[in-house]
Amino acid sequence: MKNTAFTKFHESLGARMVPFAGYNMPIEYSGINDEHITVRKKVGVFDVSHMGEFWVTGPKAFDYLQYVTSNDVSKLVDGKVQYSCFPDGNGGIVDDLLVYRFGEEKYLMVVNAANIEKDWEWCLKNAAKFGITEGHGIENASAETAQLAIQGPMAMKAMQKLTDENISEMEFYTCREMPFAGICSVIFSTTGYTGAGGCEIYVKNEDAEQLWKAVFEAGEEFGIKPVGLGARDTLRLEMGYCLYGNDIDHTTSPIEAGLGWITKFTEEKDFIDKELLAKQKEEGVQRRLKGFVMIDRGIPRKDYDIVNEDGDIIGKVTSGTMSPMMKKGIGMGYLQKGYWKSETEILIKIRNKNLKAEVVKLPIYKK
Amino acid sequence: MNVPDNLKYTKDHEWIRVEGDHAFVGVTDFAQGELGDVVFVEIETEGESLDKEEVFGTIEAVKTVSDLFMPVGGEVIEVNPGLEDSPDLVNKDPYGDGWMVKIKISDSSELEELLDPGAYKELIG
Repeated sequence: MKNTAFTKFHESLGARMVPFAGYNMPIEYSGINDEHITVRKKVGVFDVSHMGEFWVTGPKAFDYLQYVTSNDVSKLVDGKVQYSCFPDGNGGIVDDLLVYRFGEEKYLMVVNAANIEKDWEWCLKNAAKFGITEGHGIENASAETAQLAIQGPMAMKAMQKLTDENISEMEFYTCREMPFAGICSVIFSTTGYTGAGGCEIYVKNEDAEQLWKAVFEAGEEFGIKPVGLGARDTLRLEMGYCLYGNDIDHTTSPIEAGLGWITKFTEEKDFIDKELLAKQKEEGVQRRLKGFVMIDRGIPRKDYDIVNEDGDIIGKVTSGTMSPMMKKGIGMGYLQKGYWKSETEILIKIRNKNLKAEVVKLPIYKK
Repeated sequence: MNVPDNLKYTKDHEWIRVEGDHAFVGVTDFAQGELGDVVFVEIETEGESLDKEEVFGTIEAVKTVSDLFMPVGGEVIEVNPGLEDSPDLVNKDPYGDGWMVKIKISDSSELEELLDPGAYKELIG
Protein backbone atom coordinates (compact mmCIF):
# COMPACT_ATOMS: atom_id res chain seq x y z
CA MET A 1 0.00 0.00 0.00
CA LYS A 2 1.35 3.41 -1.00
CA ASN A 3 1.19 6.50 1.16
CA THR A 4 0.78 10.03 -0.16
CA ALA A 5 2.95 12.90 0.99
CA PHE A 6 0.11 13.86 3.37
CA THR A 7 -0.61 10.48 4.98
CA LYS A 8 1.02 11.36 8.28
CA PHE A 9 -1.28 14.38 8.63
CA HIS A 10 -4.39 12.24 8.04
CA GLU A 11 -3.27 9.75 10.63
CA SER A 12 -2.42 12.38 13.23
CA LEU A 13 -5.86 13.95 12.70
CA GLY A 14 -7.47 10.60 13.47
CA ALA A 15 -8.91 10.01 10.00
CA ARG A 16 -10.44 6.65 9.22
CA MET A 17 -8.05 5.27 6.61
CA VAL A 18 -8.98 2.82 3.85
CA PRO A 19 -7.14 1.26 0.93
CA PHE A 20 -8.17 3.00 -2.30
CA ALA A 21 -6.56 2.42 -5.69
CA GLY A 22 -3.46 1.08 -3.97
CA TYR A 23 -3.17 4.08 -1.68
CA ASN A 24 -3.78 4.43 2.02
CA MET A 25 -6.41 7.20 1.93
CA PRO A 26 -8.66 9.01 4.43
CA ILE A 27 -12.35 8.20 3.99
CA GLU A 28 -13.56 10.53 6.74
CA TYR A 29 -12.39 12.68 9.63
CA SER A 30 -15.25 14.41 11.48
CA GLY A 31 -17.99 12.54 9.59
CA ILE A 32 -19.09 12.49 5.97
CA ASN A 33 -22.12 14.77 6.46
CA ASP A 34 -20.17 17.35 8.45
CA GLU A 35 -17.35 17.38 5.91
CA HIS A 36 -19.82 17.61 3.03
CA ILE A 37 -21.59 20.60 4.54
CA THR A 38 -18.24 22.24 5.33
CA VAL A 39 -17.39 22.16 1.61
CA ARG A 40 -20.81 23.46 0.54
CA LYS A 41 -20.82 26.31 3.08
CA LYS A 42 -17.19 27.11 3.95
CA VAL A 43 -14.02 25.41 2.77
CA GLY A 44 -12.63 21.88 2.88
CA VAL A 45 -9.35 20.28 1.87
CA PHE A 46 -8.95 16.97 0.03
CA ASP A 47 -5.73 15.06 -0.43
CA VAL A 48 -5.92 14.08 -4.10
CA SER A 49 -2.27 13.14 -4.46
CA HIS A 50 -3.30 9.68 -5.59
CA MET A 51 -4.42 11.13 -8.94
CA GLY A 52 -2.09 10.50 -11.87
CA GLU A 53 -0.17 13.16 -13.79
CA PHE A 54 1.22 12.60 -17.29
CA TRP A 55 3.18 15.37 -19.01
CA VAL A 56 3.00 15.54 -22.80
CA THR A 57 5.55 17.76 -24.54
CA GLY A 58 7.11 18.51 -27.88
CA PRO A 59 6.08 19.28 -31.46
CA LYS A 60 3.71 16.28 -31.70
CA ALA A 61 2.01 16.84 -28.34
CA PHE A 62 -1.02 18.61 -29.82
CA ASP A 63 -1.69 16.04 -32.58
CA TYR A 64 -1.29 13.20 -30.11
CA LEU A 65 -3.73 14.70 -27.59
CA GLN A 66 -6.27 15.40 -30.32
CA TYR A 67 -6.08 11.73 -31.24
CA VAL A 68 -6.15 10.13 -27.81
CA THR A 69 -8.72 12.39 -26.07
CA SER A 70 -12.32 13.14 -27.04
CA ASN A 71 -12.49 16.90 -26.44
CA ASP A 72 -11.13 19.49 -28.88
CA VAL A 73 -7.61 20.39 -27.75
CA SER A 74 -7.47 23.24 -30.30
CA LYS A 75 -9.88 25.13 -28.02
CA LEU A 76 -7.22 25.24 -25.31
CA VAL A 77 -4.99 28.27 -24.89
CA ASP A 78 -2.10 28.61 -22.46
CA GLY A 79 -3.43 28.48 -18.92
CA LYS A 80 -6.70 26.80 -19.86
CA VAL A 81 -7.96 23.43 -18.58
CA GLN A 82 -10.36 21.02 -20.27
CA TYR A 83 -12.42 18.03 -19.10
CA SER A 84 -12.09 15.11 -21.49
CA CYS A 85 -12.03 11.34 -21.81
CA PHE A 86 -10.02 8.59 -23.49
CA PRO A 87 -12.28 6.59 -25.86
CA ASP A 88 -11.20 2.94 -25.74
CA GLY A 89 -11.39 1.90 -29.41
CA ASN A 90 -14.55 -0.17 -28.84
CA GLY A 91 -16.96 2.61 -28.01
CA GLY A 92 -16.24 2.55 -24.26
CA ILE A 93 -14.18 4.80 -22.00
CA VAL A 94 -10.65 4.11 -20.72
CA ASP A 95 -10.84 6.99 -18.23
CA ASP A 96 -12.00 10.57 -17.79
CA LEU A 97 -9.35 13.22 -17.27
CA LEU A 98 -8.31 16.86 -17.26
CA VAL A 99 -6.03 18.29 -19.93
CA TYR A 100 -3.98 21.38 -19.02
CA ARG A 101 -2.20 23.54 -21.57
CA PHE A 102 0.92 25.34 -20.37
CA GLY A 103 2.36 26.06 -23.80
CA GLU A 104 1.98 25.17 -27.44
CA GLU A 105 4.14 22.12 -26.82
CA LYS A 106 3.50 21.50 -23.13
CA TYR A 107 0.42 19.77 -21.73
CA LEU A 108 -0.52 17.92 -18.54
CA MET A 109 -3.06 15.10 -18.32
CA VAL A 110 -4.56 14.35 -14.89
CA VAL A 111 -6.14 10.91 -14.60
CA ASN A 112 -7.90 8.79 -11.99
CA ALA A 113 -5.80 7.03 -9.36
CA ALA A 114 -7.38 3.63 -9.94
CA ASN A 115 -6.51 3.82 -13.65
CA ILE A 116 -2.95 5.17 -13.62
CA GLU A 117 -1.29 1.97 -14.84
CA LYS A 118 -3.96 1.14 -17.39
CA ASP A 119 -4.00 4.73 -18.70
CA TRP A 120 -0.24 4.88 -18.88
CA GLU A 121 -0.10 1.73 -21.00
CA TRP A 122 -2.92 3.02 -23.18
CA CYS A 123 -1.23 6.39 -23.64
CA LEU A 124 2.13 4.82 -24.53
CA LYS A 125 0.52 2.37 -26.94
CA ASN A 126 -1.17 5.18 -28.84
CA ALA A 127 1.83 7.52 -28.64
CA ALA A 128 4.12 5.38 -30.79
CA LYS A 129 2.67 6.49 -34.11
CA PHE A 130 3.39 10.11 -33.16
CA GLY A 131 7.01 9.23 -32.42
CA ILE A 132 6.33 9.80 -28.73
CA THR A 133 7.87 7.36 -26.25
CA GLU A 134 8.39 7.29 -22.51
CA GLY A 135 10.84 10.05 -21.63
CA HIS A 136 10.57 11.48 -25.15
CA GLY A 137 7.36 13.49 -25.28
CA ILE A 138 5.48 11.74 -22.47
CA GLU A 139 6.36 11.38 -18.83
CA ASN A 140 4.55 9.83 -15.87
CA ALA A 141 5.00 12.19 -12.91
CA SER A 142 2.31 10.58 -10.73
CA ALA A 143 4.65 9.30 -8.04
CA GLU A 144 6.45 12.63 -7.53
CA THR A 145 3.38 14.87 -7.53
CA ALA A 146 1.26 15.77 -4.51
CA GLN A 147 -2.05 17.55 -4.88
CA LEU A 148 -4.60 19.24 -2.63
CA ALA A 149 -8.10 20.25 -3.68
CA ILE A 150 -9.31 23.24 -1.66
CA GLN A 151 -13.04 23.47 -2.28
CA GLY A 152 -15.92 25.61 -1.11
CA PRO A 153 -17.25 29.18 -1.27
CA MET A 154 -14.45 30.49 1.00
CA ALA A 155 -11.64 28.58 -0.71
CA MET A 156 -10.33 31.32 -3.01
CA LYS A 157 -10.52 34.00 -0.32
CA ALA A 158 -8.53 31.80 2.04
CA MET A 159 -5.93 30.87 -0.60
CA GLN A 160 -5.48 34.49 -1.71
CA LYS A 161 -3.65 35.05 1.58
CA LEU A 162 -0.89 32.73 0.37
CA THR A 163 0.06 34.41 -2.90
CA ASP A 164 0.68 37.82 -4.46
CA GLU A 165 -0.94 36.71 -7.72
CA ASN A 166 -4.52 37.85 -8.10
CA ILE A 167 -6.27 34.49 -8.06
CA SER A 168 -9.75 35.97 -7.72
CA GLU A 169 -9.56 37.12 -11.34
CA MET A 170 -8.81 33.60 -12.59
CA GLU A 171 -11.68 32.13 -14.58
CA PHE A 172 -13.11 28.68 -13.89
CA TYR A 173 -10.97 25.89 -15.39
CA THR A 174 -7.79 27.91 -15.79
CA CYS A 175 -4.31 27.36 -14.38
CA ARG A 176 -1.14 29.25 -13.58
CA GLU A 177 2.30 28.34 -12.33
CA MET A 178 3.05 30.66 -9.43
CA PRO A 179 4.97 31.07 -6.17
CA PHE A 180 2.62 30.03 -3.38
CA ALA A 181 2.90 29.72 0.40
CA GLY A 182 6.67 30.22 0.21
CA ILE A 183 7.03 27.43 -2.36
CA CYS A 184 8.82 28.80 -5.42
CA SER A 185 6.44 27.20 -7.94
CA VAL A 186 3.12 25.37 -7.73
CA ILE A 187 0.47 24.65 -10.35
CA PHE A 188 -2.61 26.51 -9.21
CA SER A 189 -5.80 25.58 -11.04
CA THR A 190 -9.39 26.70 -10.59
CA THR A 191 -10.79 23.22 -10.93
CA GLY A 192 -12.41 20.63 -8.68
CA TYR A 193 -15.07 17.96 -8.60
CA THR A 194 -17.47 19.22 -5.94
CA GLY A 195 -19.46 22.00 -7.63
CA ALA A 196 -18.62 24.22 -4.66
CA GLY A 197 -15.90 26.28 -6.36
CA GLY A 198 -12.30 26.55 -5.30
CA CYS A 199 -8.99 25.31 -6.62
CA GLU A 200 -6.56 22.45 -6.91
CA ILE A 201 -2.86 22.87 -6.19
CA TYR A 202 -0.08 20.60 -7.47
CA VAL A 203 3.35 20.50 -5.84
CA LYS A 204 6.36 18.22 -5.75
CA ASN A 205 6.25 15.75 -2.86
CA GLU A 206 9.02 17.59 -1.01
CA ASP A 207 6.87 20.75 -0.85
CA ALA A 208 3.75 18.95 0.32
CA GLU A 209 4.21 19.44 4.05
CA GLN A 210 4.74 23.18 3.66
CA LEU A 211 1.63 23.43 1.47
CA TRP A 212 -0.59 21.49 3.91
CA LYS A 213 0.43 23.61 6.89
CA ALA A 214 0.03 26.92 5.04
CA VAL A 215 -3.38 25.97 3.63
CA PHE A 216 -4.79 25.07 7.03
CA GLU A 217 -3.31 28.14 8.68
CA ALA A 218 -4.76 30.43 6.00
CA GLY A 219 -8.13 28.71 6.17
CA GLU A 220 -8.48 28.66 9.94
CA GLU A 221 -10.50 31.88 10.14
CA PHE A 222 -12.89 30.45 7.52
CA GLY A 223 -13.51 27.20 9.39
CA ILE A 224 -11.38 25.03 7.09
CA LYS A 225 -11.52 21.26 7.64
CA PRO A 226 -9.93 18.20 6.07
CA VAL A 227 -12.35 16.16 3.94
CA GLY A 228 -12.13 12.47 3.02
CA LEU A 229 -13.10 10.32 0.07
CA GLY A 230 -16.57 9.70 1.53
CA ALA A 231 -17.67 13.31 1.16
CA ARG A 232 -15.79 13.61 -2.14
CA ASP A 233 -18.20 11.01 -3.47
CA THR A 234 -21.39 12.57 -2.04
CA LEU A 235 -20.35 16.03 -3.28
CA ARG A 236 -19.66 14.90 -6.85
CA LEU A 237 -22.87 12.88 -6.91
CA GLU A 238 -25.02 15.85 -5.85
CA MET A 239 -23.65 17.59 -8.95
CA GLY A 240 -24.19 14.56 -11.19
CA TYR A 241 -20.49 14.30 -12.03
CA CYS A 242 -19.43 10.87 -13.29
CA LEU A 243 -17.22 8.58 -11.25
CA TYR A 244 -15.13 6.22 -13.34
CA GLY A 245 -15.83 2.62 -12.36
CA ASN A 246 -19.38 3.48 -11.29
CA ASP A 247 -21.05 5.66 -13.91
CA ILE A 248 -18.62 5.24 -16.79
CA ASP A 249 -16.29 2.43 -17.85
CA HIS A 250 -15.38 0.31 -20.86
CA THR A 251 -19.03 -0.73 -21.34
CA THR A 252 -20.44 2.82 -21.52
CA SER A 253 -19.95 5.26 -24.37
CA PRO A 254 -19.37 8.97 -23.82
CA ILE A 255 -22.60 9.65 -25.72
CA GLU A 256 -24.64 7.35 -23.46
CA ALA A 257 -22.97 8.89 -20.41
CA GLY A 258 -24.03 12.42 -21.35
CA LEU A 259 -20.45 13.33 -22.21
CA GLY A 260 -21.32 14.41 -25.74
CA TRP A 261 -20.28 17.91 -24.71
CA ILE A 262 -16.67 16.76 -24.35
CA THR A 263 -16.76 14.65 -27.54
CA LYS A 264 -16.04 16.96 -30.50
CA PHE A 265 -16.55 15.92 -34.10
CA THR A 266 -14.78 18.71 -35.95
CA GLU A 267 -13.20 18.12 -39.33
CA GLU A 268 -9.69 18.91 -38.13
CA LYS A 269 -9.82 16.49 -35.22
CA ASP A 270 -9.19 12.79 -35.76
CA PHE A 271 -9.56 10.69 -32.63
CA ILE A 272 -10.08 7.13 -31.41
CA ASP A 273 -13.69 5.98 -32.02
CA LYS A 274 -14.56 9.21 -33.85
CA GLU A 275 -16.62 7.43 -36.51
CA LEU A 276 -18.38 5.07 -34.13
CA LEU A 277 -19.29 7.83 -31.66
CA ALA A 278 -20.38 10.22 -34.42
CA LYS A 279 -22.77 7.54 -35.62
CA GLN A 280 -24.13 7.13 -32.09
CA LYS A 281 -24.62 10.85 -31.77
CA GLU A 282 -26.42 11.04 -35.10
CA GLU A 283 -28.60 7.95 -34.73
CA GLY A 284 -29.19 8.25 -31.03
CA VAL A 285 -28.46 5.74 -28.29
CA GLN A 286 -30.68 3.21 -26.53
CA ARG A 287 -29.85 4.30 -22.99
CA ARG A 288 -28.67 7.44 -21.23
CA LEU A 289 -27.06 8.20 -17.91
CA LYS A 290 -29.42 10.38 -15.88
CA GLY A 291 -29.73 11.77 -12.37
CA PHE A 292 -32.76 11.10 -10.20
CA VAL A 293 -34.19 12.06 -6.82
CA MET A 294 -36.21 9.71 -4.63
CA ILE A 295 -39.85 10.67 -4.07
CA ASP A 296 -40.44 7.81 -1.61
CA ARG A 297 -38.18 7.39 1.39
CA GLY A 298 -35.20 5.25 0.51
CA ILE A 299 -31.59 5.34 -0.57
CA PRO A 300 -30.61 4.08 -4.01
CA ARG A 301 -27.33 2.15 -4.21
CA LYS A 302 -25.05 1.01 -7.03
CA ASP A 303 -26.46 -1.98 -8.97
CA TYR A 304 -30.05 -1.67 -7.74
CA ASP A 305 -32.50 -2.28 -10.58
CA ILE A 306 -34.63 0.51 -12.01
CA VAL A 307 -38.09 -0.68 -13.13
CA ASN A 308 -41.26 0.70 -14.71
CA GLU A 309 -44.81 0.40 -13.39
CA ASP A 310 -45.10 -3.12 -14.78
CA GLY A 311 -41.98 -4.15 -12.95
CA ASP A 312 -39.89 -4.49 -16.13
CA ILE A 313 -36.26 -3.59 -15.71
CA ILE A 314 -35.53 -0.31 -17.50
CA GLY A 315 -32.11 0.47 -16.06
CA LYS A 316 -29.58 0.13 -13.30
CA VAL A 317 -28.35 2.48 -10.60
CA THR A 318 -24.65 3.31 -11.05
CA SER A 319 -24.25 5.64 -8.04
CA GLY A 320 -26.50 6.45 -5.12
CA THR A 321 -26.48 8.03 -1.70
CA MET A 322 -28.44 10.12 0.76
CA SER A 323 -27.87 13.73 -0.27
CA PRO A 324 -26.55 15.61 2.76
CA MET A 325 -27.95 18.89 1.40
CA MET A 326 -31.36 17.68 0.18
CA LYS A 327 -31.85 14.99 2.85
CA LYS A 328 -33.25 12.75 0.14
CA GLY A 329 -31.99 9.70 -1.65
CA ILE A 330 -30.32 10.66 -4.94
CA GLY A 331 -28.60 8.69 -7.66
CA MET A 332 -27.53 8.23 -11.24
CA GLY A 333 -28.23 5.36 -13.55
CA TYR A 334 -28.61 4.31 -17.14
CA LEU A 335 -32.20 4.50 -18.34
CA GLN A 336 -33.75 2.93 -21.42
CA LYS A 337 -35.13 5.09 -24.18
CA GLY A 338 -38.56 6.37 -23.25
CA TYR A 339 -37.74 6.83 -19.56
CA TRP A 340 -34.92 9.35 -19.50
CA LYS A 341 -36.79 12.63 -19.94
CA SER A 342 -36.75 14.97 -16.94
CA GLU A 343 -39.69 14.60 -14.56
CA THR A 344 -40.33 11.02 -15.69
CA GLU A 345 -41.34 8.89 -12.74
CA ILE A 346 -39.27 5.74 -12.36
CA LEU A 347 -39.12 3.04 -9.67
CA ILE A 348 -35.99 1.95 -7.84
CA LYS A 349 -36.02 -1.58 -6.53
CA ILE A 350 -34.81 -1.30 -2.94
CA ARG A 351 -34.98 -4.51 -0.89
CA ASN A 352 -37.86 -5.93 -2.94
CA LYS A 353 -39.90 -2.77 -2.82
CA ASN A 354 -40.34 -0.54 -5.84
CA LEU A 355 -39.89 3.02 -4.60
CA LYS A 356 -40.77 6.10 -6.61
CA ALA A 357 -38.12 8.47 -7.94
CA GLU A 358 -38.06 11.27 -10.48
CA VAL A 359 -35.59 11.85 -13.31
CA VAL A 360 -34.04 15.32 -12.91
CA LYS A 361 -31.81 17.67 -14.86
CA LEU A 362 -28.25 18.01 -13.60
CA PRO A 363 -27.01 19.15 -11.21
CA ILE A 364 -29.12 16.98 -8.91
CA TYR A 365 -28.59 19.47 -6.07
CA LYS A 366 -29.54 22.96 -7.18
CA LYS A 367 -28.25 25.77 -5.01
CA MET B 1 -15.56 2.88 23.92
CA ASN B 2 -18.78 3.07 25.87
CA VAL B 3 -20.12 -0.36 26.93
CA PRO B 4 -22.71 0.16 29.69
CA ASP B 5 -22.81 -2.45 32.48
CA ASN B 6 -26.59 -2.82 32.57
CA LEU B 7 -26.99 -4.18 29.00
CA LYS B 8 -26.50 -7.46 27.17
CA TYR B 9 -24.83 -7.61 23.74
CA THR B 10 -24.69 -9.65 20.54
CA LYS B 11 -21.84 -10.47 18.16
CA ASP B 12 -23.68 -8.31 15.61
CA HIS B 13 -22.98 -5.26 17.80
CA GLU B 14 -26.46 -4.79 19.14
CA TRP B 15 -27.50 -4.18 22.72
CA ILE B 16 -30.62 -5.18 24.61
CA ARG B 17 -31.99 -3.62 27.80
CA VAL B 18 -34.45 -5.90 29.56
CA GLU B 19 -37.37 -4.44 31.53
CA GLY B 20 -39.52 -7.31 32.79
CA ASP B 21 -40.74 -9.28 29.78
CA HIS B 22 -40.08 -6.31 27.47
CA ALA B 23 -36.80 -5.06 26.14
CA PHE B 24 -35.30 -2.20 24.14
CA VAL B 25 -32.87 -2.98 21.32
CA GLY B 26 -30.31 -0.80 19.56
CA VAL B 27 -26.80 -0.82 18.11
CA THR B 28 -23.68 -0.27 20.19
CA ASP B 29 -21.43 2.75 20.39
CA PHE B 30 -18.77 0.69 18.61
CA ALA B 31 -21.22 -0.12 15.79
CA GLN B 32 -22.26 3.50 15.23
CA GLY B 33 -18.59 4.52 15.17
CA GLU B 34 -17.80 1.91 12.54
CA LEU B 35 -20.86 2.81 10.45
CA GLY B 36 -20.20 6.53 10.44
CA ASP B 37 -23.10 8.93 9.85
CA VAL B 38 -26.36 6.99 10.00
CA VAL B 39 -28.69 8.45 7.38
CA PHE B 40 -31.65 6.07 7.31
CA VAL B 41 -33.18 3.46 9.59
CA GLU B 42 -35.94 1.35 8.04
CA ILE B 43 -37.98 -0.87 10.35
CA GLU B 44 -41.25 -2.22 9.00
CA THR B 45 -41.74 -5.19 11.29
CA GLU B 46 -43.88 -3.55 13.96
CA GLY B 47 -46.46 -6.07 15.15
CA GLU B 48 -44.51 -9.05 13.80
CA SER B 49 -43.18 -11.93 15.84
CA LEU B 50 -39.64 -12.78 14.84
CA ASP B 51 -37.13 -15.41 15.85
CA LYS B 52 -33.76 -14.77 17.39
CA GLU B 53 -31.32 -13.54 14.68
CA GLU B 54 -34.10 -12.78 12.20
CA VAL B 55 -33.81 -9.44 10.40
CA PHE B 56 -36.10 -6.77 11.90
CA GLY B 57 -34.87 -3.80 9.88
CA THR B 58 -32.08 -2.09 7.99
CA ILE B 59 -29.66 0.63 8.97
CA GLU B 60 -27.98 2.74 6.30
CA ALA B 61 -24.89 4.87 6.71
CA VAL B 62 -23.65 7.13 3.92
CA LYS B 63 -21.65 4.33 2.32
CA THR B 64 -23.15 1.11 3.68
CA VAL B 65 -26.37 -0.84 4.22
CA SER B 66 -26.58 -3.30 7.15
CA ASP B 67 -29.31 -5.57 8.46
CA LEU B 68 -30.56 -5.37 12.04
CA PHE B 69 -31.03 -8.70 13.82
CA MET B 70 -33.26 -9.73 16.71
CA PRO B 71 -31.01 -10.44 19.71
CA VAL B 72 -33.71 -12.78 21.06
CA GLY B 73 -37.03 -13.96 19.67
CA GLY B 74 -40.08 -11.81 20.29
CA GLU B 75 -42.73 -9.46 19.00
CA VAL B 76 -41.76 -5.99 17.77
CA ILE B 77 -44.20 -3.82 19.69
CA GLU B 78 -42.78 -0.36 19.06
CA VAL B 79 -40.36 1.35 16.66
CA ASN B 80 -38.48 4.44 17.82
CA PRO B 81 -40.46 7.23 16.11
CA GLY B 82 -37.59 9.70 16.49
CA LEU B 83 -35.41 7.87 13.98
CA GLU B 84 -37.56 8.77 11.00
CA ASP B 85 -36.56 12.41 11.05
CA SER B 86 -33.33 12.07 13.03
CA PRO B 87 -31.46 8.87 12.17
CA ASP B 88 -28.36 10.61 13.51
CA LEU B 89 -29.70 9.91 17.02
CA VAL B 90 -28.06 6.52 16.55
CA ASN B 91 -24.69 8.28 16.36
CA LYS B 92 -25.38 10.83 19.06
CA ASP B 93 -26.96 8.59 21.69
CA PRO B 94 -26.76 4.91 20.68
CA TYR B 95 -27.85 3.58 24.09
CA GLY B 96 -30.52 6.22 24.74
CA ASP B 97 -32.53 8.22 22.18
CA GLY B 98 -31.04 6.13 19.39
CA TRP B 99 -32.81 2.93 20.40
CA MET B 100 -34.41 0.99 17.53
CA VAL B 101 -37.26 -1.21 18.72
CA LYS B 102 -39.11 -2.26 21.84
CA ILE B 103 -39.89 -5.98 21.85
CA LYS B 104 -41.91 -8.44 23.90
CA ILE B 105 -39.56 -11.31 24.66
CA SER B 106 -41.02 -14.71 23.82
CA ASP B 107 -38.47 -16.91 25.56
CA SER B 108 -36.37 -15.28 28.25
CA SER B 109 -33.98 -18.24 28.38
CA GLU B 110 -32.48 -16.93 25.11
CA LEU B 111 -31.14 -13.97 27.08
CA GLU B 112 -28.59 -16.26 28.68
CA GLU B 113 -26.92 -16.85 25.30
CA LEU B 114 -26.08 -13.14 24.93
CA LEU B 115 -22.74 -11.52 25.74
CA ASP B 116 -22.24 -9.74 29.03
CA PRO B 117 -20.42 -6.37 28.96
CA GLY B 118 -17.05 -7.98 29.70
CA ALA B 119 -17.37 -10.48 26.87
CA TYR B 120 -18.50 -7.76 24.45
CA LYS B 121 -15.56 -5.53 25.38
CA GLU B 122 -13.28 -8.45 24.59
CA LEU B 123 -15.00 -8.94 21.23
CA ILE B 124 -14.40 -5.36 20.11
CA GLY B 125 -10.89 -5.32 21.55
